[in-house]
Amino acid sequence: MSGALAVASWVLLAAGSVFAVVGGVGIVRLPDFFTRMHGAGITDTMGAALILGGLLCQSPDWQVAVKLLMILAFLFITSPTSGHALARAALANGLKPRLDERETEATSSTP
Amino acid sequence: MLDVTMVAILVTMALALARASMGPTVFDRILAVNMFGTKTVLLIAVIGFLTDRPEFLDLGLVYALINFIGVVALLRFIRFGHFAEPDEAERMDR
Amino acid sequence: MKYLVSLFLLLSMTWLLWSGIWEALTLTLGLVSCIAIVAFVRRMGVVDEEGALVEFALRPVLYIPWLLWEILKANVDVALLILSPTLHISPRVIRVKAGQRTGLGLVVHANSITLTPGTVSIDIEGDTIVIHALTRESAQGVESGVMDRKVTALEGRH
Repeated sequence: MSGALAVASWVLLAAGSVFAVVGGVGIVRLPDFFTRMHGAGITDTMGAALILGGLLCQSPDWQVAVKLLMILAFLFITSPTSGHALARAALANGLKPRLDERETEATSSTP
Repeated sequence: MLDVTMVAILVTMALALARASMGPTVFDRILAVNMFGTKTVLLIAVIGFLTDRPEFLDLGLVYALINFIGVVALLRFIRFGHFAEPDEAERMDR
Repeated sequence: MKYLVSLFLLLSMTWLLWSGIWEALTLTLGLVSCIAIVAFVRRMGVVDEEGALVEFALRPVLYIPWLLWEILKANVDVALLILSPTLHISPRVIRVKAGQRTGLGLVVHANSITLTPGTVSIDIEGDTIVIHALTRESAQGVESGVMDRKVTALEGRH
């Protein structure tokens, strides 16, 4: 592995780790279900993309690289889909998003 | 660097587990478990590179598939109480 | 028929890329499972233009880098928001008209909205996407309609 590629891999892995942990903090810290979905979104998009990208720089042959890209593509298709299913199920079960009280126009458009 | 990434993923998984145990609604728990699952996929991939066994990536993809299907099936079960489509129940009678 | 053939090609390609073993037995097993899946899918009657990506395959080349860049920007914003000690969020629900004509285009649009952190598509009512946004800025990002136009352009003309 050449020097530049190794540095790129480290940077990507480090950034991906930071984003993953931030998303984890978000899912614990944010106040209600719908806002927590944004926290989960961070780890699912940026955390996964950067960590798999970092691994991609270290991949020994093309087949490993293809597999990493396919895992990434798969995660990028399924994670919003399951997120949407989750939000719809929550709405259907009568869970209302907690909205900002200071915003009158936001509350007027509540379903 | 790989071991640092692994620790970060494990911390994220622990935070997701914390949310899964805190709740308060069942959807928070499913969200946390779904996130735990996608982190597991990343963890498997990182372990594969750490131990120099790229065949772990195949396990990762299978885990991602099972995780997705599992979450959708669970949501459907919570919503309808069974795994069939609403109109499928009557179709099965015929 | 066209979709069944394209599904078969897609499955065979996936098998070859993932196995990487060019032996007679493995290739035969792959061929058998691809044919079995095509037969199952045909029996289930779930093959239509949404199942096959033939017409959709080439245009995302420009869309994906743009989407990744948007995801990066939104991620940094939301990450800073989560880490800030005051947690200055103002969640809101907005509705956006989606100009897509096909179901697949609508799915791509809704999923792209969810992929950019700060906005999550929580429901689809006809041609309107209901979106939960974390802040005023992220809501304005969707309401500008840039993504809507890009996804509609992605659909092309049928």
